[in-house]
Amino acid sequence: MAALLACSGLMAFAQTKNSCLDCHSNLPQPLGVSAETYSQNIHAQKGLTCAACHGGDASADDPEKAMSRAAGWKGKIEHKQIPELCASCHTDAERMKKYNPSLRVDQFQQYKTSVHGIKWAKGDSKVAVCTDCHGVHDLRAPSDPRSTVHPTNIATTCSHCHADAEYMKPYGIKTDQFANYEQSVHYDAMVVRGDLSAPTCTTCHGNHGATPPGVANVTAVCSNCHVFQAQLFGSSPHEDAFAAMGFPGCVTCHSNHAIKHPTDEMIGTGPKAVCMNCHTEGDAGSVQAEAMHDQLTELAAAITSSDELLGRAERQGMEVNQAKLQAAQARDALLKARVTVHAFRDSELKRDTDAGLAVTRQTHAAGEKAMEEWKFRRVGLGLSVMAIAIALVGLGLYIRNLEQK
Amino acid sequence: MASPATSVREWLDERFPLDDLKALAQKKKVPVHRYSYWYFLGGMTLFLFGVQALTGALLLMYYRPGADEAFESVQFIMTQVQFGWLVRSVHSWSANLLVFMAFAHLFSVLFLRSYRKPRELTWVSGILLLFLMLGFGFSGYLLPWNTLSYFATKVGTEIPAQIPIIGRPVLLFLRGGEDITGSTLTRLYGFHIAILPAVATLLIGVHLALIQWFGMSVPPGVEAEWQARPEGRREIRFFPNFVLRELMAWYVALGLLGALAALFPWSLGVKADPFASAPAGIKPEWYFLSMFQTLKLIPAKLLGMDGEMLGILAFGVVGAAALLLPFLDREQPFNTRRWIPGLACVFLGYMTVMTVYGWMAK
Repeated sequence: MAALLACSGLMAFAQTKNSCLDCHSNLPQPLGVSAETYSQNIHAQKGLTCAACHGGDASADDPEKAMSRAAGWKGKIEHKQIPELCASCHTDAERMKKYNPSLRVDQFQQYKTSVHGIKWAKGDSKVAVCTDCHGVHDLRAPSDPRSTVHPTNIATTCSHCHADAEYMKPYGIKTDQFANYEQSVHYDAMVVRGDLSAPTCTTCHGNHGATPPGVANVTAVCSNCHVFQAQLFGSSPHEDAFAAMGFPGCVTCHSNHAIKHPTDEMIGTGPKAVCMNCHTEGDAGSVQAEAMHDQLTELAAAITSSDELLGRAERQGMEVNQAKLQAAQARDALLKARVTVHAFRDSELKRDTDAGLAVTRQTHAAGEKAMEEWKFRRVGLGLSVMAIAIALVGLGLYIRNLEQK
Repeated sequence: MASPATSVREWLDERFPLDDLKALAQKKKVPVHRYSYWYFLGGMTLFLFGVQALTGALLLMYYRPGADEAFESVQFIMTQVQFGWLVRSVHSWSANLLVFMAFAHLFSVLFLRSYRKPRELTWVSGILLLFLMLGFGFSGYLLPWNTLSYFATKVGTEIPAQIPIIGRPVLLFLRGGEDITGSTLTRLYGFHIAILPAVATLLIGVHLALIQWFGMSVPPGVEAEWQARPEGRREIRFFPNFVLRELMAWYVALGLLGALAALFPWSLGVKADPFASAPAGIKPEWYFLSMFQTLKLIPAKLLGMDGEMLGILAFGVVGAAALLLPFLDREQPFNTRRWIPGLACVFLGYMTVMTVYGWMAK
C-alpha cells in the first residue's frame, strides 16, 4: 500500500512538472510567459500545465520531445479555435467536478446564443472569445480582485472593445456605454464604494450569453434587483401606455447606462422632470406628477427642517436621541414613498408621505421643546449667577465688617 | 418671656454641647501668609464631594442598573425628570472638578511640604482618598452604559490583567466574568454607590479629624521667617472668618458647576453595543490619560520584560512612593532642601504633557 501511495505521489509530481516554462520564461513576447505570471493562473494552481491547452509533453526536458506533434503539440492556438478548446474541458461536468464542483458547464452553450457567439459561428474573428475577457496565461478566478472578470473590473474589460470606436465601426453600435456607465449610480456603488452586488455590464446583459436586452425585457432585467419598483410599475397606467408606444420601461425615464441617482426633481413639471418628455402642461398626467412632486418635496423639506432643529438642539448639548431615532421613521417613509412613485398615483403616494409627515411633526415638536428648554436653562443660569454674585458681595461685605470691628 | 429661638437654643444646650463646639471652632486659628489661599483647595474638594453625594443620591431615585435599562434610565433622567439634566450634568462635571481639585490639593500640600511630622497620617489618608476618587471615576464611568464608557471600561479592565499571577483574577473580579456585561455594570454600581462611599466617608472623617487636631500646617519657609520675626505672625479665626471665606469659594464653585451644566450639558452618547467594534481613538477620562498614553508609548519589550507590565509596575511604585512620601522626607522641618518638590514638579510636568499628548493623539 505504501509503495502504491509513493508511486501515485511520484505520478502526481510528474504530471505537474511544466518544462515549457524553462524556456518560455526567458523568451521575449509574444512567446514569453514568466513563471510568476503563470503561477497566478487558476489552471496552474489546479495543477494543469501548458500542455493542457497547447498539447505536447510538459514533463519532457528535451524541447523536441516536449513540442512533438506526435505528442499532440498544437503550438499557438488560433483565436477562432479558443471557444471550442476551452469548451473541451468546461462542458465536461465529470472533469470539472474534480476541480470545482460548483462551476457551471454551460458557458459554451450560453456563448453560442450570445451576439459574440453568433458572430463567431459565422466566422467573425474580431468578436470576443473566452480569452478576450478572461485573459490567457494570467487567467485568474473571477473571485480574485485582480481578475479581468472580477465584478469591479468587468466594465473596463468590456470597454476594451466596446469603447473603441474604430474597432466597433463594422458593427454600427454606439461606443459611449462605458463613458455613460462611469457617470451612473451603479458605477458609483460598484467601483467607488466597492459594493459587489451593484450591477455591471454582465448583470443586465448576461456574461457568456451576452446580448442587448430587448425593449420588452428591460423591466424584467431591472426588476431582478428593483423588485418593488417593477411591481408598482406593472400596476401603473404607464405599463400599458409604454408598451403601446414601444417605450423600453424603466429606461424611458432613467436611461440605460448613465443611470443617475434619482432625485425628486425627476418627477413633476419642472425643468428636470422627465414626465414632461411625454406629458404636456395641464394634462391629467402632469397634474398627478406635480402633486406627487409636491408630496415628496414637502416630506423631504419637513425631514430636513426637523433634522436641522434637532441637530441645533444637540449641538447645544440637549438630549434628543429619542427624537433622532424617531426621525429615522420619517426617512424610511420618504424612502418608501420614492418607491411608491412608480405606481404613478398620487393618492397611493400620499399615504406614505402623510405617515412621514406625522413623524416629522412629532420630531419637530421635540426639537422645539428642546430649544425652549435650552433657553430656559440659560435664563435660569443667568438668574443663578446673579443670586450667587449677590451672595458673594454680601459675604465679602460681612467679612470686611466683621474684621473691621 | 424668652423668644422661641432662645427656648430652642436652651433646649438644645441642655442636650447637645453646642457651645463647646462653638468655642472649639472659635479657638481654632488659621495662619495667614502668602500661601494661605492654598488652604481653600481642601475645603473645595470636600464641597465637591458633598455635591457628588447629594446629586448621586438624587440620581439613584431614577437610575436602574442593568445592561437593558441603564442607558434608558439615564436618558429618562436627562429628558423626562424635572431638572434631571441639571442633576446629572452637575454630577458629571463635579466628578471631574473633584478629581482635578483633589490633585491640586495634593500638589499644594506637596509643594508646601505640609505632610511633614506630625501630619504623616493626614497625608496618607489624603492619598488613599485620591485613590478612592479615581475609583469613583472609574466605577461611575460605565454606569450610563454608552459606547464610550463601555469600551473605555473594557480597555481599563484589561490593563490590570497584565499583572503576573493576580492579573487575571483581578480582571474577572472587576468584570464579574470574561467580558463587560450587565454583571460588570451591577458590580461597578455596587462599588460606586455603596462600598466606595462608605470607605470614603470614613477616611474623610479621619482626614478632617486629623486636620482639626493638628491645625493648618505652615510652610517651612514661612515658619522660619516667623521665628526670626515673631511680630510678622498673623492668624484669623477658623470660625467665622475662614469658614465665611471658604463659603465664598464654594459659592464660586457652585456657580461654575451650574454654568458648566447649563452651557455644556454632559452628553449621553450612544447606547453601548457589545457586538459593535470599538470606535476609533477610544480614550479614558482625562485623569487616566497620562497613564494610558504612557502605556501606549512603552515598547512591547523593555529590559527583557513585557513593556505594559513594566509600566503598570512603575505606576504601582509611584503610587506606593506617594503614599509613603512623609516617611521618605526625613529632613528637619526648617531645612528647605527641595529635592521632593523638585521631583514633584517633574512628575506634574510629565502628567500634564502626557495628558495633553494623550488628548491630542489620534
